[in-house]
Amino acid sequence: MLAAPARPDWLPSADFARASFSRALELCCSSASVVSSTSPSGPGPLFPDLRMFPELNNLLNTAPDKAEQGRLTLLCDARTDGSFLVHHFLSFYLRANCKVCFVALIQSFSHYNIVAQKLGVSLTAARDRGQLVFLEGLKSSVEVFFQTPEEPHPLQFLREAKAGNLQPLYEFVRTALTPGDDGEAAWRCPVLLVDDLSVLLSLGLGAVAVLDWMQYCRATVCCQLKGNIVALVHDREDTEDEENDILLNGLSHQSHLILRTEGLATGFCRDVHGQVQCSGHCTTSWSAEAADSVETAHNPAGPEPHLSVQDTGQERVLFC
Amino acid sequence: MAASKNIVTSFQRRGPRVGGADTGGSRLVSIAGTRPSVRNGQLLVSTGLPALDQLLGGGLAVGTVLLIEEDKYNTYSPMLFNYFLAEGIINGHTLLVASAKENPADILQKLPAPLLDDNCKKEFNEDVGSHETSESDIKMKIAWRYQLLPKMKAGPVSSSRFGHYYDVSKRIPQELIEASKWHGFFLPEKMSPAIKEEACSMINGYKKLLHFIQNVIYEEGFDGSNPQTKQRNILRIGIQSLGSPLWGDDICCTENCKSSHCLMKFLYVLRGLLRTSLSVCIITVPTHLLQNKANVARMTNLSDVVVGLESFIGSERETNPLYKDYHGLMHIRQIPRLNNLICDISDVKDLAFKLKRKLFTIERLHLPPDLSDTVSRSSKQDLAESAKLLGPGCGMMAGGKKHLDF
Repeated sequence: MLAAPARPDWLPSADFARASFSRALELCCSSASVVSSTSPSGPGPLFPDLRMFPELNNLLNTAPDKAEQGRLTLLCDARTDGSFLVHHFLSFYLRANCKVCFVALIQSFSHYNIVAQKLGVSLTAARDRGQLVFLEGLKSSVEVFFQTPEEPHPLQFLREAKAGNLQPLYEFVRTALTPGDDGEAAWRCPVLLVDDLSVLLSLGLGAVAVLDWMQYCRATVCCQLKGNIVALVHDREDTEDEENDILLNGLSHQSHLILRTEGLATGFCRDVHGQVQCSGHCTTSWSAEAADSVETAHNPAGPEPHLSVQDTGQERVLFC
Repeated sequence: MAASKNIVTSFQRRGPRVGGADTGGSRLVSIAGTRPSVRNGQLLVSTGLPALDQLLGGGLAVGTVLLIEEDKYNTYSPMLFNYFLAEGIINGHTLLVASAKENPADILQKLPAPLLDDNCKKEFNEDVGSHETSESDIKMKIAWRYQLLPKMKAGPVSSSRFGHYYDVSKRIPQELIEASKWHGFFLPEKMSPAIKEEACSMINGYKKLLHFIQNVIYEEGFDGSNPQTKQRNILRIGIQSLGSPLWGDDICCTENCKSSHCLMKFLYVLRGLLRTSLSVCIITVPTHLLQNKANVARMTNLSDVVVGLESFIGSERETNPLYKDYHGLMHIRQIPRLNNLICDISDVKDLAFKLKRKLFTIERLHLPPDLSDTVSRSSKQDLAESAKLLGPGCGMMAGGKKHLDF
């Protein structure tokens, strides 16, 4: 509700902030060349990724037209908010012409839609043309709680007293992403996006149940359908949240790429909000152009991998 | 703080907004006591404390939850709670007060009296006169701004201005309470002993409260589903000491309680209700009672705005010369990201509050100048220690590590 008038600013920001990172960065860049099947309705290459985070794409050596497949990406944030990465990957995969199933548990659709418009994609349009399947957790929680549904709802566990069952949610993801007969092959690959898994823990599910669910999703989406999974987990290092630690460690072990967002150790700063660390356990193979970008962007002064990302609204921001 | 806020409010759209996309917004704006956010387009309401509004990015967005972490002896957090409700009464909003401890009717009786246009200046001058001169400049500026503000409406509640000041030494006039529309949820009254236990995931009190809120929202049309001809209004929900043992929750009693997810589910469903209706909610939670600190982090994650109060009562800081001007610290733990990649965070992280004779004020924490010649070495170290404790500031954008020392 209360949708804001989104300001379409098509102008690229004049100064992209410095993108500097050290070579010590372990990145997984097997450059999978995917032939893009351009659907007429999909966002074509007309819009270069001015409004996603180009530094992040450079860093990961990826672009919407050469997105890899079969990957599990774990987003994790500590002492700060990493949701900008969720927005990034949402717009990234929609632009990459992938079929996206977005399990949004923490915010409303209008919030994601307005931010996505700032990043250059429209969620309503994507949902209308069948590219995006959006599960709005907040809205459905009200339906699940106050009405007695006939068929099992994906968030059925909200009603259950003990030991919630995530099978309906898995079924939801599977049916959403399994390509049907009716020409849905136009989408390149399926993508599951979860924001965020820590909410599932808060709602009474055990870490093992969530890990099982992720395992099922991985088997279906990553292996069977050759798609990708992106999931956000908060890192509550100082609160001794055991369940959360189990979940985070388990997923860190499985994932191909971990993007860890941290607040600055020195405390609050107005200009720089934090840092992003990338780590993964794939074979590191820089492609030629990626190596070039490393050379140019390498900053000997910075001991940490740095990545400047801008909010594409009015204000400059984000992560450094 | 308050002075700059008034500058913001003086920019107000006079005519109706043109353009199809914004018609919904302009209709909503016509609700008394609200204004659209310049930043994210959300409709904002005041918390009843203009200084706090400014810290939260102009106000509290409709459809969000404000979580107040209670101070240890629950001295100051009821004030924020009461300010929030009193602001609703002044603006003619519908109230929903839920408590397990006090009868909502009694809570309403204890609301502070508003300082309205006619007597506002006088009260301010009176209040200022009793304090030191350094503050009088700022206050005079505020009072001066008030003189320029046009009279908005006639009537006993004369102002539809955004955010009011309240006199905590006086009770709200009885006729205002009688004129207002409110719903009370007093847990002991609502609990019937012989209840049919449906196997559900939630503690009975929480479930009843959710159904109560949903009922009010649905029947009075706050969800906007049944468009009515009458004026739209805001529902202000206040829930007192959520999670305390009086609600039948053992989250405060044991560390590994099985029912901790009940509170989380309640927050989650409540937030879902708020997001789809014209309502805004304040919840106070005795977080110092929660045995498992992981639950505090989870509650923070499931709320929108989180403000922590830390009073000096009973702590060694009460006698610490560093804090002699204040009654406690205020921590803005979380500000929501609404329709934006980042949140509207203020530059000031070290905040303190102070209860004056009539006003609850929030100020930037200043270290007092060390004027005495006889400061002993030990007390200086104490000061340094205390100042270091302040360091990390707002834990939400970037909390610092505790052990860092410059």
